[in-house]
Amino acid sequence: MLALLGTIIVLLFIGGLPAFRTFGLGFLVSSAWNPVTEKFGALVSVYGTIVSSLLALVMAVPLAFGIAYFLTELAPGWMRRPVGTAIELLAAVPSIIYGMWGFFVLAPLISTTLKPALAATLGHVPGLGALFRNMPGDSSIFTAALVLAVMIIPFIAATMRDVFLTVPVIFKESAFGLGCTSWEVMRSIVLPYTRASVIGGIMLGLGRALGETMAVTFVIGNTNRISPSLFAPGNTIASLVALEFPESENGSLQLSSLLALGFILFVISFIVLAISRTLLAPKAAT
Amino acid sequence: MSATVMQAPPKATSTAALLGRRRRRIDLAARVFAVVATLVGLAFLASILITLFYLGAPGLSLHMLHTVTRAPGSNGGLANAIVGSIIQAGLGTLIGTPIGLMAGTYLAEYSNGTKLGNAVRFVSDILLSAPSILIGLFIYQVIVVPFGGFSGLAGAAALAILVIPVVVRTTEDMLRLIPITLREAAIALGAPRWKTIVFICYRAALDGLLTGVLLAVARVAGETAPLLFTSLGNSDYSGLGSAMSSLPITIYQYAASAFDDWVQLAWTGALLITLGVLAINIVARTLVRRR
Repeated sequence: MLALLGTIIVLLFIGGLPAFRTFGLGFLVSSAWNPVTEKFGALVSVYGTIVSSLLALVMAVPLAFGIAYFLTELAPGWMRRPVGTAIELLAAVPSIIYGMWGFFVLAPLISTTLKPALAATLGHVPGLGALFRNMPGDSSIFTAALVLAVMIIPFIAATMRDVFLTVPVIFKESAFGLGCTSWEVMRSIVLPYTRASVIGGIMLGLGRALGETMAVTFVIGNTNRISPSLFAPGNTIASLVALEFPESENGSLQLSSLLALGFILFVISFIVLAISRTLLAPKAAT
Repeated sequence: MSATVMQAPPKATSTAALLGRRRRRIDLAARVFAVVATLVGLAFLASILITLFYLGAPGLSLHMLHTVTRAPGSNGGLANAIVGSIIQAGLGTLIGTPIGLMAGTYLAEYSNGTKLGNAVRFVSDILLSAPSILIGLFIYQVIVVPFGGFSGLAGAAALAILVIPVVVRTTEDMLRLIPITLREAAIALGAPRWKTIVFICYRAALDGLLTGVLLAVARVAGETAPLLFTSLGNSDYSGLGSAMSSLPITIYQYAASAFDDWVQLAWTGALLITLGVLAINIVARTLVRRR
């Protein structure tokens, strides 16, 4: 097992070595991606990966928290199991299905309703407006982030529910005894008690979102350009690799650049997952 | 003077009442938000399932189940993709399960607190959530390039790597649930350690171990990304040594195509694979609940 992980990292690094050697550190900050002139850079896809994942978190965390709150505190006993199972099944749906659903159902829906609405309102706010400028086409970073959000909600919600259940009942009962409302118990007792694990759960969701491939490839539009608007198409490391890998020749600089991207992605997700694990570990042990 | 004394108490109660109302309103808002969030989550699931049935069910037919993929417009099916998926997921599980089972057993029974044990657990957890496309790249480097071509075997190997951490996790969790007294009873009868583990612990945890394997199958059956660069896809039945088609890859290729019959097949395939994966998940859950 240990050897496996080590080999994965080493091989991705070796594979990416020609690209790192050719472009140096410039690989990280260059926004070029041109197979014809053999100029490659990681900036656009790294930007797309991080922006879409963070945006997905912003959308997923409140919803996941609401679901966990409902399942642990509010739902009547008979409802908890079926609803909890349904949410967990959401995690079991293969990612390619999310891709198709996002492409055929969600993307047109956003494009006809949410996008014009946001562009017409927030789009006029100075500064912030650039984020919501209307762009043609159904595919966008925003759509990708929304699909990612739906995909990671069950992971975050399940972790939150499990750690909320570890709060000793006596703490909660004491707070209720003092006359706290159910929301106040959640805010002042449950959340502080489980803070580290909750953040760990969120990081776990982030780790998932960063490396998600198929769903994103369907809806992000796959354009190698950084645009200020969230409704413009973009790409992520994973989607770029999935699209271009089959087309690149063995031993070419393009292939090596893709492997180098894989290495970068591995490093990013390794850091995120390692943080998540450290935060989740102490509570899980007790 | 008496007037001021008379006036003070009502004022105090009204602030208290106001505060109380405010607190109750915030509480109500939080409750409503939680219910709405849950409904939204369920709505997503419902929307996905309804879309799949609505668009996928019309394409379900026996013909599609025993015809291989063909050029657009010539009435093809999904048979080779389904068979390929079953072979690769099956082989991946066969390779991955023993390794995962052994690693999980080591973690639960032998590693208590050792550095190696913690390191293995850490790596396994990272692999559990590592981007699956990277596993595909890895297998491409170690198997596809040296052996000179895409193969079903490489696809199965990629899936096996995904199976391992799932099995490790459930094996360790399930073995830890076995009461220590059970082990002590076996040891007291003179059973060696391996006999205790194989004949006592495995048997007691059988349902749980099976659940782990089922969850792993469900996970890999729908994986697309690791197969892109390993088994590639094929338009006919094929052996393990050559490129092999699979349901997710076929869906991926067909869904974005411009041909109506291919898109229809993609939806039907999507319906099949989702139903299969969800069914396995539900079976696995019932197994755990029985315990």
